[in-house]
Amino acid sequence: MSAGWRIAVDAGRCIGSGGCVGMAPAHFRLESGAATPIAATVEPTETVIDAAESCPVEAITVRDDDGDLVAPA
Amino acid sequence: MPDVARVTARPYPFSPPDRLNLDPRYAELRRVEPLSRVRLPFGEEAWLATRHGDVRTVLGDPRFSRAASVGRDEPRLTPRQIEGGILSMDPPEHTRLRRLVAKAFTARRVEQLRPRTRQIADGLIDAMVTAGPPADLVEHFATPLPIQVICELLGVPFADRHLFHVWSEAIVSTTSLPPEQIQEYLDNLYAYIAELVQQRRREPTDDLICAMVRARDENQDRFTEQEIVQLAAGLLAAGHETTVTQLPNFAYVLLTHPEQLAWLRAEPARVPTAVEELMRYVPLGVASSFARYATEDVEVGGVLVRAGEPVIGSLSSANRDETVFAEPDRLDLGREANPHIGFGHGVHHCVGAQLARMELQVGIGALVARLPELRIAVPEPELTWKSGMIVRGLARMPVAW
Repeated sequence: MSAGWRIAVDAGRCIGSGGCVGMAPAHFRLESGAATPIAATVEPTETVIDAAESCPVEAITVRDDDGDLVAPA
Repeated sequence: MPDVARVTARPYPFSPPDRLNLDPRYAELRRVEPLSRVRLPFGEEAWLATRHGDVRTVLGDPRFSRAASVGRDEPRLTPRQIEGGILSMDPPEHTRLRRLVAKAFTARRVEQLRPRTRQIADGLIDAMVTAGPPADLVEHFATPLPIQVICELLGVPFADRHLFHVWSEAIVSTTSLPPEQIQEYLDNLYAYIAELVQQRRREPTDDLICAMVRARDENQDRFTEQEIVQLAAGLLAAGHETTVTQLPNFAYVLLTHPEQLAWLRAEPARVPTAVEELMRYVPLGVASSFARYATEDVEVGGVLVRAGEPVIGSLSSANRDETVFAEPDRLDLGREANPHIGFGHGVHHCVGAQLARMELQVGIGALVARLPELRIAVPEPELTWKSGMIVRGLARMPVAW
């Protein structure tokens, strides 16, 4: 798999609102009140972009294979 | 698990709003009956969750649904039941609409609006200083500031504020307006936004309403015209009614806690921390509503909530939970750990939270920095508080400096 995306959640920023878990339950879960990616690398999917771009504190970043920022745009 | 509590539904809210004081019954319930039965002025009986952890579960756990409120006689403060909007949706339907606007309210996008917001705040204070004391902080500062910002963001003419500000009261009114007038104002607000949407279609601009129109026109089956209009109207109304009310509330709390205010004046860089504490401390809502319906049996606060039962999470009570906040009833503007849920929690977490934070930081920052002698210009008991609304706030706030 060459074109995976890497998801990261900045734990210092995350307020645990659970928006990403609601939007992309296959990709995020809440752990001790903070969001955590279920898998650090995922197949490219619109759903994780939605989650990253809708996070109220922009705690989520999605990067492509080259480390370039995919979301938030 | 015990079912006894079901027979003793308490009327809710527990008491008429008394300024910004939270009814002591919340503290008692957190201690002895964290999930209790309540009856709101309208709709069916509900459970009320009062502890921080339980409220977060009700608002954040996907086993609780807003969409399931549709078709039910939802427990509520208003005669009218609001249906069909984004607040009556669960993911993925909710995601479809939320995503349409969420990008405009991210921390980064909001930061770009800060210099302009400062300019507006400074302009308003300049005008107050020029005219000389007293001034009404509600009319001369707290109302125009958020309205101007949301107008520029959405692309709504600021000159029309006297129209839509009046109509927006319909969104937060319980008994302040007769039911038929609430409907009339809502119709006016929707018709007004629908006209703006048509205008944007003819003459595109660089604002959020236009971006929404574009998104709809590029993909007709993704959004309906009504969804666009309802969402934009909601952003316009909710986007200013709340901050318009909170700015004077925050100013009132600061002016009635002179030691805390003196600390903030000495530490202006701590305004963002102070705003978080004020968000925690001030119970904006007269009561919480927007019940979540359990989609399966779920245990909350030691009680088994049955599938199909509505549960209300009290934000104000969660924000005073003594197991989460040390000395919860004390205002501590420098409070460090502050996981308040003043903007809600879960997928319906306030989409405009970052915008509201920025406006409150700029507004409070400007008052503290520019008016060092700011004071309430009448004896405190003479202040007039709004009534018949879902939010607590001052009708007028005469100030001098």
